[in-house]
Amino acid sequence: MTMPLSELEPIIEVIDLTTHYGSRKILNGISLTVHKGEVMVIMGGSGSGKSTLLRHLIGLEHPSSGNIKLLGQDIRNMTEHDMTQLYRKVGVAFQSGALFSSMTVGENIMLPLREHTKLDQKTMEIMARLKLEVVNLAGFEDLMPSELSGGMLKRAAFARAVIMDPVLLFCDEPSAGLDPVVSSSLDELILRLKDALDMTIVVVTHELESAFRIADRITVLDKGDILTIGTVDDVRASDNRRIQDLLNRHFEEEILDPDAYLARLTGESEALFSQV
Amino acid sequence: MEHYVREEQGYHIVTLTGEIDLETSPQARQILLETVPQSTKLLIEMASVTYIDSSGIATLVEAFQRAKKNGGQVAFICLNPAVVRVLTLARLDKVFTIHADIESAIHAEP
Repeated sequence: MTMPLSELEPIIEVIDLTTHYGSRKILNGISLTVHKGEVMVIMGGSGSGKSTLLRHLIGLEHPSSGNIKLLGQDIRNMTEHDMTQLYRKVGVAFQSGALFSSMTVGENIMLPLREHTKLDQKTMEIMARLKLEVVNLAGFEDLMPSELSGGMLKRAAFARAVIMDPVLLFCDEPSAGLDPVVSSSLDELILRLKDALDMTIVVVTHELESAFRIADRITVLDKGDILTIGTVDDVRASDNRRIQDLLNRHFEEEILDPDAYLARLTGESEALFSQV
Repeated sequence: MEHYVREEQGYHIVTLTGEIDLETSPQARQILLETVPQSTKLLIEMASVTYIDSSGIATLVEAFQRAKKNGGQVAFICLNPAVVRVLTLARLDKVFTIHADIESAIHAEP
């Protein structure tokens, strides 16, 4: 990332995005841009809105107001056909792996190819094996997902997410629940994909070490607002107290507002139980 | 994607140009798999390939393997850096024979 950001092609543009669950505001008019070839890490504690932002970016939810452009296209009023075409260029590695338990690993990885292409079976099989090589799961194509460890499932999910060579890859908590060695190998994989395929990658995580290893820039979310967007060094050097809390691993702990807390307990605050 | 096939000094030379992707790799596959049985010495020239995705790489792998099984030789010519990066990610740079140009491929030891 040696070019100035302003000269890089924007791949994701989030513009004044606001979303509510019931009466509760989850994202509070946030704006950010992710550029081509960049690894953008989205960080924040529980309730920060990072998972909601991801669901908007992958088209699973629609904003209350504001806009999202992916690969230059406004996704607000797209037809289903146009959405399908757009999301062929996007890969998603879900936190749980989300592999189908009734299919082998190889069949899972080939699934997007079967759905979206007319490639020959032999080509699809070689593509799946190539991706398994890349994620260090060579020879595992005939196993069932239940026969894989947690780290292997995540790597298989990566293989499926990149089988169509997406321009843009979303990774939801890739390191969650993994030991440090496996977590580090997934970070390495993300960086290799970025370098070799010039992929733009958005990673949602609360794992600090992982974020610092892979990020070109980090967006820190807190209670639906963006605290900062900057490089690893920018985030480390920030004097924002909430960011420092995050760096010191105290982010999950909410600063207690006694009045708001009592109101919540007595049901006199926001209508939590009417949430969608 | 466009392609040209010619014979030169006992070699079949398949030149591929443009983008080899999900849309065009079936065409590349057909050309290569048709040429492999006719050729004991095959050069696949890719200097003007501007982009290749995994389906294109899979096509090259299949053609390479089929030629080897037939006792033929295959070499790749003039890979641009973007193509080499993709091959390297899959460690195919250690499998494929790659030459800078046709001249050096023809004069290389088998």
